[in-house]
Amino acid sequence: MIELEALTKRFGAKTAVDNLSFQVKPGVVTGFLGPNGAGKSTTMRMMLDLDNPTSGTVRIDGKHYRDLSEPLKHIGALLDAKAMHGGRSAYNNLLCLAQSNRIPASRVGEVLDLVGLTAVAKKKSKGFSLGMGQRLGIAAALLGDPEILMFDEPVNGLDPEGILWIRNLMKGLAGEGRTVFVSSHLMSEMALTADHLIVIGQGKLLADMSMAEFIHQNSRSFVRLRSPQQEQLKDLLHAEGIAAAALPDSGALEVDGVASEQLGELAARHGIVLHELSPQRASLEEAFMRMTADSVEYQAHAPGAPAAGVGGQAGPADAPAWGAGAEATSKGGR
Amino acid sequence: MTGPATLPDQPPEQDPPLPETRPHLGHALASEWTKMVSVRSTLWTLGALVLLVVGIGLLAVGETNDPTGFTNPPHTAAAVFGLLVGQVAVIVLGVLTVTSEYATGLIRTTLTAAPDRARVLTAKYLVFAAVAFTVVSASVAVVGIASMIAVDSPQAHQTAGEWLAALTGCLYITLLGVLGLAIGAVVRHSAGAIAVMLGLVTLPPVVGGMLTMWDSLTPLGNLIIRYNAPVAIMQMFGLPTSEVGGLPGNWAQLALIVAVAGAAVAGSYAVVGRRDV
Ligand SMILES: Nc1ncnc2c1ncn2[C@@H]1O[C@H](COP(=O)(O)OP(=O)(O)OP(=O)(O)O)[C@@H](O)[C@H]1O
Ligand SMILES: [Mg+2]
Repeated sequence: MIELEALTKRFGAKTAVDNLSFQVKPGVVTGFLGPNGAGKSTTMRMMLDLDNPTSGTVRIDGKHYRDLSEPLKHIGALLDAKAMHGGRSAYNNLLCLAQSNRIPASRVGEVLDLVGLTAVAKKKSKGFSLGMGQRLGIAAALLGDPEILMFDEPVNGLDPEGILWIRNLMKGLAGEGRTVFVSSHLMSEMALTADHLIVIGQGKLLADMSMAEFIHQNSRSFVRLRSPQQEQLKDLLHAEGIAAAALPDSGALEVDGVASEQLGELAARHGIVLHELSPQRASLEEAFMRMTADSVEYQAHAPGAPAAGVGGQAGPADAPAWGAGAEATSKGGR
Repeated sequence: MTGPATLPDQPPEQDPPLPETRPHLGHALASEWTKMVSVRSTLWTLGALVLLVVGIGLLAVGETNDPTGFTNPPHTAAAVFGLLVGQVAVIVLGVLTVTSEYATGLIRTTLTAAPDRARVLTAKYLVFAAVAFTVVSASVAVVGIASMIAVDSPQAHQTAGEWLAALTGCLYITLLGVLGLAIGAVVRHSAGAIAVMLGLVTLPPVVGGMLTMWDSLTPLGNLIIRYNAPVAIMQMFGLPTSEVGGLPGNWAQLALIVAVAGAAVAGSYAVVGRRDV
């Protein structure tokens, strides 16, 4: 269990982590999500007592990190796969870590076996591929057989096989009752791995809820309509009090919160031809981007596209705000 | 630990479940020792040191067969030429002991495993100092003994006091490396720390000499000329440089480097202890 209380970190005038309070509980994979520069790595460094918080506290199993006598036996972390000495063999890189925590040398062979690096144990880690480096970092995290595991963007740059391996490893670790905390900026990846979500943007907490709850709240469903009589259709919907948004490029209309059957019947009754009547579901990625849109720090402004409509299939312009607090209403999901 | 049987697959005799004693300096020393012996830079720097001291030393021994041509120094003096160059290798090793961890990012892994930063630093200082002192004094001993065997002259000598002075010289060079390690820990950058150290070792004789060009600065210049690394090392190995009179004793030279290195070490504990990694 990791507990953060009003954790804040300022770098000069910049507030990287802003009054964060949350708990990471055992037995589940907790996803830590935020766009680039949101403060994920900074938060993790403070959890490990590498960076000093400007204010606030972190507790690991109720203790300050510095009071853990053999931290590797409580918490294992992968911050940066390259954080090893390239001139040292994989085995020696792990051995010096093991020695400082009174972990028997035999355990080094075990974890190397676990991550599939036994064959290159005596090779310098400098020559390792991205995936091998990541595996070595994970071996280091597993060295003390800790109850808490923390991974900062572990799937970055990995091939599908590597991603699957890490995903299963994390689920397996959580299944054994361990606390697994993993950061990512990819919602789609988290949707497959995490049971619980913590979303931050510009250092602030945006959401702290179970994955199921997040999906329920944020998978907005809507109906897309296309008609050669678009103006008539618009007028009709307006007359019926149904809000519709016109998509700028395709000329389609998007309607929130009304079932497709109802719309089809309505159009038929008024003799309007429909070329498309399709129920749609916004992706979680889109929901995540909407949630963090206001707090994205390094945003590319595509020419002509509004800053908020990051996703390709952006929703209606007058869609409800999916802002902080995650109290966004999603109606009409059938 | 919260969960049951945290380390089930470890041999029981190595993992006593309770009471959980804290790991101590010994474990940090073992870890640092592994780091020291498992990288190439250790081999390169110490190899260069041994080659320089023993190689140049033996050459010098070969040339001192005519004792009347020299001011009659002790046997170990033959090692000093190699040491004046080899001290750079010791300094580089001292710097790299800590800066390589910052350069690779390993320092984060290290401090995650051992959050007591003072203990990590202490282990680094002790392991480096022990290794450097051992290798430097062994190289000097090889040269001294070779000279005792090869140079057969009534004037040749090596008293116990001269052995002690030579050992003091080895300690002086080790402390230069310790100073390098301390500066490396503070600046976190190999090239920067090495540059600072090279300046500290090579500039004083030049600067001191230049200062004596002005009358008012001559006393300061003379002081610098007397108290600097090359002069101290030559003096401890029985080759007093006679340009300026009134050289301080060996112990004064040693006290100076102890004070300087000690201040830098204290500074490194203060800085590393509270800085963000
Ligand atoms: N040492 C530092 N000095 C100054 N600013 C920093 C420092 N470390 C981080 N920052 C700033 O703090 C903010 C948060 O950075 P952080 O690396 O924690 O983000 P992140 O969520 O991990 O991003 P990413 O997904 O890109 O890894 C950024 O704006 C970054 O520029
Ligand atoms: Mg990051």
